[in-house]
Amino acid sequence: MSAAIRFDDVTLGYDRHPAVHHLSGEIAAGSLTAIVGPNGAGKSTLLKGIVGTLSPLGGRIDLGGSAKGRVAYLPQAADIDRTFPLSVFDLVSMGLWTRSGLFGGIGRKDKETIAEAIAAVGLTGFETRPIGTLSGGQMQRALFARLLLQDAPIILLDEPFTAIDARTTADLIDVVERWHKEKRTVVAVLHDLETVRRHFPQSLLLARSPVAWGDTAEALSAENLFTARRMIEAFDPHATSCERKVA
Amino acid sequence: MIYDFLIAPFAEFDFMKRALVGSLALALGSGPIGVFLMLRRLSLTGDAMAHAILPGAAVGYLIAGLSLPAMTIGGMVAGVTVAFLSGLVSRFTALKEDASLATFYLLSLALGVVLVSARGSNVDLLHVLFGTVLALDDAALFLIAGIATVSVLTLAAIYRPLVLECVDPGFLRSVSNAGAPVHMVFLALVVMNLVGGFHALGTLLAVGLMMLPAAAARMWTQDVTVMLILSAIGGAVSGYIGLLVSYHWSLPAGPAIILSAGGLYLASLAFGAQGGFVQRLVPVRHLEA
Repeated sequence: MSAAIRFDDVTLGYDRHPAVHHLSGEIAAGSLTAIVGPNGAGKSTLLKGIVGTLSPLGGRIDLGGSAKGRVAYLPQAADIDRTFPLSVFDLVSMGLWTRSGLFGGIGRKDKETIAEAIAAVGLTGFETRPIGTLSGGQMQRALFARLLLQDAPIILLDEPFTAIDARTTADLIDVVERWHKEKRTVVAVLHDLETVRRHFPQSLLLARSPVAWGDTAEALSAENLFTARRMIEAFDPHATSCERKVA
Repeated sequence: MIYDFLIAPFAEFDFMKRALVGSLALALGSGPIGVFLMLRRLSLTGDAMAHAILPGAAVGYLIAGLSLPAMTIGGMVAGVTVAFLSGLVSRFTALKEDASLATFYLLSLALGVVLVSARGSNVDLLHVLFGTVLALDDAALFLIAGIATVSVLTLAAIYRPLVLECVDPGFLRSVSNAGAPVHMVFLALVVMNLVGGFHALGTLLAVGLMMLPAAAARMWTQDVTVMLILSAIGGAVSGYIGLLVSYHWSLPAGPAIILSAGGLYLASLAFGAQGGFVQRLVPVRHLEA
């Protein structure tokens, strides 16, 4: 299977301190991968690196092309201004950006597509509600509808089910599995190991450096999880330059 | 009688007619710009930019006297420079955009006052600070109308990325590189409208026709499109009422226009359909679901 995302000795971080350290490997096209690890392990940082909002301190990330239009990204805490007077329908319709662009109109057919996406996440009836009146779970449903419309081959989700109830989580996992059936590449940062074991065939266990990567059952062994917990330490303010060479 | 009061001043006096046309054109461009400034929480940015254009206008004045093109170009250059510099500083240092904008506009304002007082009299300073809506010549009218036209057309063109940049800038970054250029184009529109406004209302009051109608419109609707239209109408009504008040009671026209806009704003605060005070006083039963 070809690689959708290839990491070539990637180091990502802030102020020269690495948050993801010397990661090499690839995520196969059409795979469904969970990224697991303690807080501060570099999971969100890795997603930012893939989207391109953070440039690597070293190495390179290869998506086989530009991230724009090919990667749909749901950040951990989307910096959405909930006080802005905007309806659910309008929020979801932004997902059509790659097709409509800056100036393109939204026609009758597009409106049907948007209505379908809203129905797929169970928000039918909420179209005209201002986004400021949505609950956390309803907002997450709306953002998933927007991801649906983006129609991207690569989908990145950063802790999509945190602070979301069981019913909503189950509905949204259905959406994730639908993407997987459509042969899209899905990468999700998750904390609930039960969810990972049940729904995600592949896992990357990250603790700044990769601890394990592969089939979920093996990657998330008790031993690996223990190792990952031990590897996370605070940033060392007196750290010296990393001299490690590529193997 | 009613005709004498409401229409005659504009029918009989050419300078009133010109002032009205100028105010209407100004309201058409400034109101919608103000709505976006407000929604992006940049309301005070308009104020800062208004101060920033003063030295540019002053340099134009020093070189060519009370010349429309010189002061217009000077104001534009100063405004765009301050916007650009503060954008650079906020991007590359720990200072946020509000802090860097404040520093540059204060420098710019002090420089402007020094320049004006170096050569001109106090009357000139008042002219630049408070404008001359009752003395708009053809060139000034064309300038204001042209700016309004460009503003409305440009806003229509960049409407989608502009809204997106307000609501979800992170998403815009992930799908497009348009964010930064659109922001710069928008700031250029702000500067243009302030420069147009300062010929009529002066550098300090020009921003009033931007923010007051926008804030008033916000009290009436949740819909951005309706808000844009209401803001332009509100500005136009303020212009008309302000000029009438100024004519009948011999008040300075510029401040009268802004005070009228302020009156509309206070009325909207009181009676507005989106959380106005009166609405809060009337108990409404909540819905079943």
